[in-house]
Amino acid sequence: MLAFAILIVIIAACLAAPWYAQNISQSDPFASNLDGSITLAGQPVDIMQSADTGFGVTPIGPTWTQKYFLGADDQGRDVAARILFGGRNSLLIAAGATLICLTLAGLIGIVAGFSGGFVDSILARILDILWAFPVYLLAISLSAVLISRGLKLGPVTIDSDSLLIPIAIIGIVYVPYVARPIRGQVLSLARSDFVLAAVCLGVPRARILWKDILPNVITTLIVFAPLMMALNMLTEAALSFLSIGVQPPAASWGTIILDGEGLLYTRPAVAIAPGLAIMLTVVALNFLGDGVREAFDPRAKIRVQK
Amino acid sequence: MKTIWLIAAALLAVMQAAHAQNHRGGTLKLVAASSDGSIDPQVNYTDQYWQLFIVAYDGLVAFRKSAGSSSNDIVPDLATSVPAPQDGGKTYVFKLRQNIKFSNGQPVTPADVVASFERLFKVNNPNAGSWYNNIVGGDKCLTAPATCTLPDGVVAGDDGTITIHLVKPNPEFLYQIALPFGAILPAATPPHDMGTIPIPGTGPYAITSYDPQKAFILQRNPYFKVFSPEAQPDGYVNEIDFEFGVTGENAVTAIENGQYDLDMDPSLPADRLAEMSTRFPRQIYINPLLADYYAPMNVNIPPFSNLNARLAVNYALNRRDTVQIYGGKNLGVPACQILPPGFPGYQPYCPYTKNPGPKWTAPDLAKAQSYMQKSGMAGQKVTVITDDEGVDPALGTYLGSVLNQLGFVATTHVLSANIQFNYIQNTNNKVQISITLWYDDYPAPSDFLNVLLTCGQIHPGSDNSVNIAGYCNKQYDAKVQAALRDAITDPAKANTEWAAIDKQATDAAAWATLFNPKQLDFVSARLGNYTFSEQFHLLFDKVWVQ
Repeated sequence: MLAFAILIVIIAACLAAPWYAQNISQSDPFASNLDGSITLAGQPVDIMQSADTGFGVTPIGPTWTQKYFLGADDQGRDVAARILFGGRNSLLIAAGATLICLTLAGLIGIVAGFSGGFVDSILARILDILWAFPVYLLAISLSAVLISRGLKLGPVTIDSDSLLIPIAIIGIVYVPYVARPIRGQVLSLARSDFVLAAVCLGVPRARILWKDILPNVITTLIVFAPLMMALNMLTEAALSFLSIGVQPPAASWGTIILDGEGLLYTRPAVAIAPGLAIMLTVVALNFLGDGVREAFDPRAKIRVQK
Repeated sequence: MKTIWLIAAALLAVMQAAHAQNHRGGTLKLVAASSDGSIDPQVNYTDQYWQLFIVAYDGLVAFRKSAGSSSNDIVPDLATSVPAPQDGGKTYVFKLRQNIKFSNGQPVTPADVVASFERLFKVNNPNAGSWYNNIVGGDKCLTAPATCTLPDGVVAGDDGTITIHLVKPNPEFLYQIALPFGAILPAATPPHDMGTIPIPGTGPYAITSYDPQKAFILQRNPYFKVFSPEAQPDGYVNEIDFEFGVTGENAVTAIENGQYDLDMDPSLPADRLAEMSTRFPRQIYINPLLADYYAPMNVNIPPFSNLNARLAVNYALNRRDTVQIYGGKNLGVPACQILPPGFPGYQPYCPYTKNPGPKWTAPDLAKAQSYMQKSGMAGQKVTVITDDEGVDPALGTYLGSVLNQLGFVATTHVLSANIQFNYIQNTNNKVQISITLWYDDYPAPSDFLNVLLTCGQIHPGSDNSVNIAGYCNKQYDAKVQAALRDAITDPAKANTEWAAIDKQATDAAAWATLFNPKQLDFVSARLGNYTFSEQFHLLFDKVWVQ
C-alpha cells in the first residue's frame, strides 16, 4: 500500500511539472540560461558562477528555495523542474514499453502455446534468438541505428527524436522474458482437464482461448506489469545516459544523470537527485509487483498464512 | 677581451650540457579517455597522435621545435637544407643526410623517400587527393593506388638528391611534407594501414608497443643521433607512456596526485578548472590555438539553404555563453569570422554582433528575429549533431536552445566522438547543423578558406567531405585560386586577398563561428621545461620529468 502511495505521489508530482515550472521555479527547464541570475537573501546571484581566476564556470548549487531548489545544470537550467519533466518521460516510456511488451508477449505466448506443432516451434525459436542477445547490447544496437535515422515502415514514419523509438525498442527487447513463461503456462493449461473437457465437448477453439486460457494468463501478465515497468525504467535510464534514449532538449531521469556526470565533483545533486528518483520508483514498483503477485496468486497467500 | 668572451661561452655551453644531463631520464606519463586509432603516421589525422609522431618520425623538412610563432618556420630535417623552389615553383631538390638510421638499424636511403611518397597513395592518406596528388603522377596513383609509382614525380639521384616535381606551383608544399604524413619510412613498410603495428622511424623515440585498449609506449631509439637540433632535438625523458581509459574528472585528480603528467584530451572538465587554478596555479599553461569552434550549416538543405535563416542563427548566438561553456573567458575568445587571430591574412571582422566591428560584443536578437521572420523557416525541424567528448554535448544543447528560441523545433543528437566528424561530412546523412572544431594543419589561410569552403572539397556520399556546410561558389573559388597563385610570388598581396576572402566567407554565413579556443594544459608538479609549439602544442622532446 505504501509502495502504491509513493508511486501515486511520484506520478502526481511529475504531472504537475508544467505548473511547478511556471509558478514555483518560474523558469523554462528546456532553455539554456547561462547569463541569468536570481535573488538570494536580497543579493543577486549568477546562475553560472565564474571563478575569480577566470578559469571554470560552476552552476549554482541547491538553494533550497523555490527557485533552483536543487541548483542548476551546466546549461543554467533548474534541476528540480527538469527532474519533474524528466520523470514524465521516464514514466511514460516505462509504461508504454511495458504495454507493448506484455501485449506482444501475451499474444506470442498464447499463440505458440495453444497452437503447438510447427507454429509453436517457429515462435519458440524466434524467442530463443531474441533471448540469445544480451538485452542491453540489443537495445543499444537498435537505438544507435534508429536514433540517428528515425524509422520508416511503409506509410508510418517515426522521427528520430520521438519517444516512440525508445518505447518500442525497450518494449520489444524484453518480449522473450515474458513470452516464454506465458507459453509454458498456456502449454500446461492446454493439457489441463477443463480444457481437454471443453475440447471433447466440441467447444470452438476461439471460445476456449477466450473463456479458459486468457483469464488464467491475464493474471500472470498483471503480476508481470509492475516488475517489467521497473526493469523498463532502468533500461530507459541506461539508454538515455548513453545518449541513445530521450534526445535533448527533452529530458528523462537518465539524461539528467548524464548532465550531472561532468559536475559530480562540484554539483553532485544534479546526478544524485534523478538517481534517487529512479531508485525510489523502481523499489516502489517492485514492492507493488510483490503485492500484486500475492493478491493474484492464492498459493503465495497460503504460504504467507503458514 | 675576446678570450674572456670565448671562455664565458665555453663555460655556458658546459653548464648547459650538464644541466641537460641532469634532467635526462625518467618516464613521461600521459593519459586520455580513449585511444585515437591507427599509429600509422601516414594514416592517422589526429592532433593527439601527431604530438607523438613528431618525436618518432622525420620528414625531409620539419616545423621548428620551439615555442611561439617560430614554431611555424620550416627547417631542414632529413634533408640537409630547405630547398628554394625551382622551375617557377614546380620543382624542389632535396639533399638527403648521410648516415641516418631507422630505429631497426637500417640506413635511410633515397629509395625509402621515394617509397614513402608512393605509400601515401597506397594507404589512402586522407590528403592524398587534396595535397599530394599535385606531385607529378599523383592523379594516376589516386586512380590505381595499389600499383602507385611516381617515376616522374619523386626522383632519387645517385648523389643522394631527391627531386620532387609538382604539376603546378604550390606555396604550401613544404608545409604539407613537414607534417607527420610526410614521414620517411623504410621502403619495405607494407603498403596498407599498419593499424596497431609500429613502423620504424628516425626520431629520438621509437614506438615499442600499442594496445588501443591500454597504452601507447615510446622508448629511446638506440640508433638516434642528433642531426638537426631545430627539427629533432634529443629529448630528455627516456620513455613516454600514454595510457587510455581514464576520463576527464579522474585524470585531473590523478595529475593532482602526481600519477600522470598530462591529460591529452582536448578539454578538461569545466567544473574542475576553478579548483585547478586556485590550488595548482603553477601547473597550468594556457596558449592560444589556431583553431575555430564552429557550427557548419548545410547550405543545400532546408532550413539553412536559406541565407536569412543562417544570418538569424549568427546574430542570435551569444558567443560569450559558448566561451562560458568551454571553461570561461580565459579559455576562449568569441569570434565571427573564419580565420583565427594570428593567422596570415587575419583582419578582425565581426558583422554578427551589436555594433558590428572588429570584435564580437553581444548578440543582436532584434536583427536575428527580423532575419528569422524574413526566412519563413519558423517551425522547421532541425537536428543539431554533436559529439560526446568534452564540452561538445553542452555546446550542442546550447545551440539547440538558441534555435528553439528563434522559432525552429530543434533537438540535439549526440554521437560518439569516434564517428561524429565523419558522419557530419557525409551528405547522405543530411546533417543540417553540427558542432565541430578545426585546428590548422599548417599556418596558411588556405587551410581554412580553401580546405573547408571550396567546391572541390565537397565529395557527395563520402565520409571525407570536409566542406561540411557544402558551400560552393565559383566566384569565391576563383578568388581562392588567385590568392594561392599570388602566395608564391607576393605573399603580402596574397594575405590581403585572403582577408577579403575571409570576409566574403563570413558574410555568406555558411558557418556560425563560435569562438577561438585556447589550450589549457594541466601538468604534473614534476614536469619542467614546458614548451608549446603553435603547430603541435606541447613538445614532448622538450619537457623533462626529473
